[in-house]
Amino acid sequence: MIQVEGLTKYYGSQAAIQDLSFSIAKGEVIGFLGLNGAGKTTTLKVLGCVLLPTSGRVEIDGYDVVENPHEIRKRIGFLPDAPPLYGEMTVRGYLSFVAQLRGVSSEHLAARVEKVEEQTALRDADGELISSLSHGYRQRLGVAQALVHNPALLILDEPTGGLDPVQIVEMRRLILGLKGGHTILISSHILSEISQTCDRLLIIQSGEIVAQGTEQELARRLGGASHIELEIQGSGERAVGLLRAVAGVQEVSLQKQDEGTATIRVEAPLELRPALVRALVKADIDLLRLERISEKLESIFLKLTHGKGAG
Amino acid sequence: MRAALLIARRELGAYLRSLSGYLIIAVVLALHGLFFNAYALAGTKRSAEVLQGFFWTCFGFTAVAAVLISMRLLAEERQTGTIDLLYSSPVRDVEIVFGKYLSSMAFLGLYLLATTFMPAMILVNGKISVGQIIAGYFGSFLVGSACLAVGIFGSSLARSQVVAAIASGCMVIALVVSWLLAKVTDRPLNDVFTNLALYQQHFPPFEKGLIHLRDVVYYVALTYLGLFAATRVLEARRWK
Repeated sequence: MIQVEGLTKYYGSQAAIQDLSFSIAKGEVIGFLGLNGAGKTTTLKVLGCVLLPTSGRVEIDGYDVVENPHEIRKRIGFLPDAPPLYGEMTVRGYLSFVAQLRGVSSEHLAARVEKVEEQTALRDADGELISSLSHGYRQRLGVAQALVHNPALLILDEPTGGLDPVQIVEMRRLILGLKGGHTILISSHILSEISQTCDRLLIIQSGEIVAQGTEQELARRLGGASHIELEIQGSGERAVGLLRAVAGVQEVSLQKQDEGTATIRVEAPLELRPALVRALVKADIDLLRLERISEKLESIFLKLTHGKGAG
Repeated sequence: MRAALLIARRELGAYLRSLSGYLIIAVVLALHGLFFNAYALAGTKRSAEVLQGFFWTCFGFTAVAAVLISMRLLAEERQTGTIDLLYSSPVRDVEIVFGKYLSSMAFLGLYLLATTFMPAMILVNGKISVGQIIAGYFGSFLVGSACLAVGIFGSSLARSQVVAAIASGCMVIALVVSWLLAKVTDRPLNDVFTNLALYQQHFPPFEKGLIHLRDVVYYVALTYLGLFAATRVLEARRWK
């Protein structure tokens, strides 16, 4: 769906992005991560045909952004970091305007507007003036305008920006509901959002892609492979000795010993989980919890961006 | 063209639904009426001269109204970020500019319509030809068109509406006073400045009821130039 090769964009003498290369397949949901000023918005604006690249090649659905931007614009829905709304219009009037602007025929106009209002839960605000809408509604309307012409590619720049926790859950549900029907590219600062909604991540820093892949792939690549955590009843030291004796276990350490319970960290392949359980049960040790602990997106992100300005 | 009409319709709706549009019309119309009373109606004159005086004031106030009406057109889109909606839609930059121009022309048309009570009063109380009224309004419409195009160009340059209005105002004033430059320059430069003059060289015939093709061509060319420049600015912003 998207092919980017050597994409560079300068603002005057300042390079906002440099030599970016990545590709996105049809139907994928991609999370675009990066610190402030990393070049996310510039990249999304180039993909949204708002800005033209200084150099490099960007193809969307087989069309080049410099040679055929008009064809691309018919196929994309773009939500900038601030929803582009006209305060004096009603929700329905605005969506109708955008749909017509993006080529929806008058025959299908009403049906498309109704469908997108339903998808984004805007039906109850249909006749309201945009200037009177709350931030959450505005953000949803921003997504609705990007969706109204049923584009193949959705580009959402910070769709959860400034939303409260309830609205974030609603937005996440909305994006998950769009999966399958569209290729989606989302940029966000909220790492848990990206983690829960995206198939794959692109991490950008100082205008360059520093890593791409699934959350697990990135964790593995950074040496932060998952480990196993066990909670048992009784003495931790005895259990540590038993677990060390299981073939294939690399390392066992006692994390915490409370009154009557202990937490143990085991570095071992995940396939060894049944053997670990058997070893404990055989020794008559009660197992309270066994959990696979993966490297969290936050720590992956911090490692890749060297923690600059984060947290 | 469909996109331009859509943009024009939305923009006209924005003018009609916002207080600022009516405020601009009301203030300029009130000042226009005062000036008409103070200058055009002063002393003893023939009706045709009074009408000529009305169109003289009409020139100035149409230019002012055009600059004020056009200041928000592109500057506001940039300020609020809605320009990204237009940029990411299958709409050509020329359609954006033309849509804005059409809506502002329609709104300026409302202003000119509101001024018709002044020539109507002259028509009722004196003896004037309808042709002079039509020619005068045609000229005013052309001046408005040229000033709106300059205003849209000014609006494309700035993010702030105030800066846009100042830039456009300066350009319009420069065009009005260019005949003064003609007085202090030699040929061929003085010919250029003389022919560039927005009022001096091209508007007086309309006041008298005369329509010359050269004057029409001048205002149409200025309109084209302003809209063309605004389109190029929009295109250039994508590369910036």
